[in-house]
Amino acid sequence: MLTAQFLYGAAGLMLFVLGLWSFLVHEPLLRKIIALNITGAGVFHVFIAIAYRGDTAPPDPVPHALVLTGIVVAVSATALALMLGARLQDAEEEDQSR
Amino acid sequence: MSMSQSESRAAERNRDLSLLVAVSLAVLGAALTWLYFIALSAGAAPRLADLAYERLPGTGVSNPVTAVLLNYRAYDTLMELAVLLAALLGIWSLGPAAPGFQRSGAVLAGMVSWVVPLLIVTGGYLLWVGGYAPGGAFQAGALLGAAGVIVRLAGDPRAGLPGEGAQRWLLVLGVLVFTLVGLGLMAFGAGFLTYPPKFAKWLILLIEMAATVAIGVALAAAYVGGRPPGPEAQPTAEDEDALTAAETPTPDPTPALRPQP
Repeated sequence: MLTAQFLYGAAGLMLFVLGLWSFLVHEPLLRKIIALNITGAGVFHVFIAIAYRGDTAPPDPVPHALVLTGIVVAVSATALALMLGARLQDAEEEDQSR
Repeated sequence: MSMSQSESRAAERNRDLSLLVAVSLAVLGAALTWLYFIALSAGAAPRLADLAYERLPGTGVSNPVTAVLLNYRAYDTLMELAVLLAALLGIWSLGPAAPGFQRSGAVLAGMVSWVVPLLIVTGGYLLWVGGYAPGGAFQAGALLGAAGVIVRLAGDPRAGLPGEGAQRWLLVLGVLVFTLVGLGLMAFGAGFLTYPPKFAKWLILLIEMAATVAIGVALAAAYVGGRPPGPEAQPTAEDEDALTAAETPTPDPTPALRPQP
């Protein structure tokens, strides 16, 4: 059914735009990291929607594989970003206490 | 006086800017949705899926997603494992990990001793089943990583992982085995990561086993968030005292969730 595919992909695009908005507008680093993750989730949604090839044919495995590795890479990149953020905060606190 | 005026002006400019961002992103979202609708209505163009299914019998696996990951696009997956490794190297280079959480109470410890083995067994199952059904190295690695997160939350400062030297080996295992298999195939005259159909299944399984361990260890180590604490970071007598204090008639409702001072 085309409607379901369109709604799923459009929801992904909405998540993408919402995440981008939050990333640009909010100043705290943590909110930016969360926003980037929401953006990524939106992209994954679109990929999964694109992979759909109707009820009779099996889904396209290529976007599925991309999403699968993308999730793990996104998690590790988020961990790195969080760690960098924590170090940045420590450095700022040190500067202020000096 | 002038200070507060310039501040209010700056705030006003910020408001205008965020309004501009919101409006342009709304336009972008509408344009993307419209394009997406057009693309869907145009019907299916020729795509890689048909080719992927056509060549599936020669890949050594019958799950098309695993075939894409470990056979058609094996380079891509090798690089993704390298990205994972690079991210973890970045995390380690930022300094030592926080000491972790207080050792868990009896109920949580009991649950952990049930859930963690279950996660590991399920991970092994997903790894094996990935050859012919949804599953594979990334799902299995994610489960192992989740097991590490649970162990860390229950009070183990190293998330159940071995010492730093052993962790280094486990982390590079994925990239190492992947590259060695590729180079070995080159030595035998096939291309880099071009599996002969006869051995494809076992080579893919070998790479996936190494990748599962590497992914699981990398995710758990990323959750620890820093160079692994040495053996001296095991809970000290002081922490044990704090735990016994928490077990007196008025215990803290969530002792395991409170970071150590």
